[in-house]
Amino acid sequence: MQFPENLKYTKEHEWIRVEDNSIGVVGITEYAQSELGDIVYVELPQIGKVVKQLESFGTIEAVKTVADLFAPVSGEIIEVNEKLKSSPELINKDPYGEGWIIKIKIKDLNELNNLLSAEDYRKLIGK
Amino acid sequence: MGFVPNTDEDRQEMLKAIGVSSFEELISDIPEEIRLKEDLKLPEPLSEYEVLKELQSISEKNLDLNHAISFLGGGAYDHFIPSAVFTIISRSEFYTAYTPYQAEVSQGTLQAIYEYQSMICRLTGMDVANASMYDGGSALAEAVLLALGYTGRNEVVIAGPVNPNYLTVVRTYTHPRRANVKLTKFDSGVCDIDDLKAKITDQTACVVVQQPNFFGNIEDVFEIEKLTHSKGALFIVAIDPISLGILVPPGEYGADIVIGEGQSLGIPLSFGGPYLGIFATKEFLIRKIPGRLSGVTIDRNGERGFTLTLQTREQHIRREKATSNICTNQGLMMLAATVYMALMGKQGLREVATLCLQKSHYLAEQISKIDGFKLKYNQPFFKEFVVQTPIPASKIKEKLQAKKILPGIDLSKFSGYGDGLLIAVTEKRTKKEMDLFVEELKSL
Repeated sequence: MQFPENLKYTKEHEWIRVEDNSIGVVGITEYAQSELGDIVYVELPQIGKVVKQLESFGTIEAVKTVADLFAPVSGEIIEVNEKLKSSPELINKDPYGEGWIIKIKIKDLNELNNLLSAEDYRKLIGK
Repeated sequence: MGFVPNTDEDRQEMLKAIGVSSFEELISDIPEEIRLKEDLKLPEPLSEYEVLKELQSISEKNLDLNHAISFLGGGAYDHFIPSAVFTIISRSEFYTAYTPYQAEVSQGTLQAIYEYQSMICRLTGMDVANASMYDGGSALAEAVLLALGYTGRNEVVIAGPVNPNYLTVVRTYTHPRRANVKLTKFDSGVCDIDDLKAKITDQTACVVVQQPNFFGNIEDVFEIEKLTHSKGALFIVAIDPISLGILVPPGEYGADIVIGEGQSLGIPLSFGGPYLGIFATKEFLIRKIPGRLSGVTIDRNGERGFTLTLQTREQHIRREKATSNICTNQGLMMLAATVYMALMGKQGLREVATLCLQKSHYLAEQISKIDGFKLKYNQPFFKEFVVQTPIPASKIKEKLQAKKILPGIDLSKFSGYGDGLLIAVTEKRTKKEMDLFVEELKSL
């Protein structure tokens, strides 16, 4: 399983990649998608919604369960991955690429320090 | 229910198994002063025949609709039920106290649910219907909960007169969430549109309207829809399914959620239940719908099959995060409604609705000709109307009941709904029965 070094992780199995020092791209980890199984629906938030760190911003539905999605950092949601509306399986196929879920305008870069490194996340899930 | 007698010996054995020496010891936690010291004062035992005779004579004190003419409504109506309804629902494959949902053993039940859902969608003009709920009141309460959860807002606006019993259920369900339930004025018998404008805010989760409303009057649902959606609230419409034989289906005037009491669809009055809660929504709310949903799929042999679907919404999977905690439906009543709708068809339902409309207008006209009686509201109505009476409605009820006529509902028993007699006329009422009713009113 891949856990890229350039990402930060939450204990709730989301990842965040920082672009231009201010925008965070958010998705779920390869481990999370394999635990959930076939993803059939993603409930995406409204653009413009303001979230706090580790607050739920949506849900992800697999055949047998539904899980909440948590924001790795506080900020305003500025983009959602529209492709997931018709192809939620992109999260299974490419969790760190085409399967990204939201883009968030990061309020405070210091909050990234509360998140896990790739190594810490591996330890957490025992992989 | 089975009667299980026990002997003194049986009782001793049970006491011994529990580990107490006497019955008195078993009930020692119950305070001495409230215990019955002597034997119950019961009459002498009777034979089976004597008991049957006695019970028969007691049951004859009931005024049932085989022996009385009913103009009662207010959410429960005396419509005709074709005999085929009871014949089909009493088949042993269907007749069970608990709805079996397992796809492996319940294709018949699941298909019946699927057909019911499809019929309700056709009738209401909505995209998706659930497998049913307990009754109209609980269906409305669930719709309000859905709206509160979906919008994240806290206010509920009730537009015009909605069944007061439904509102009691809504208040019970929403009380723990501290939702603010606001009622508009309805001085002219329908929602006061200016008052509604003032009461809808950007904190309004939903606006609820009943069409036809509790007084039987037709609401301006088109205007209410505009006001509701202009503030981003959900539009909930409570319907009488029979009325949709001739009225515009709510799906066509922008309803987001439609609920209704399904008793009119082939279900007997039976002292107020079991009834049927109708619940349907537009597609964008599909993952927020409470209760069960039956879906159709193709099995590995390419055959059509039925199964519960979208179960990840439900309480046993989402637990405390589920939008609703109901995981059941009203299986047998749902089946009765399905059989009724299939028997009536589009044409039959339209005929029932047209008869209700025509007969209720005939009776309203006759009553308004009687000295001292007049229609309380000057509004278009469907099968119910309110009459202003020269003597209190409660007195009329008392006097006519003695003549085996149930004249309607005394509105003064509901706080905030004014007074008068709420009269319902179904397709079952004949001209002779209505003329008799009018004669009795004249002679009061």
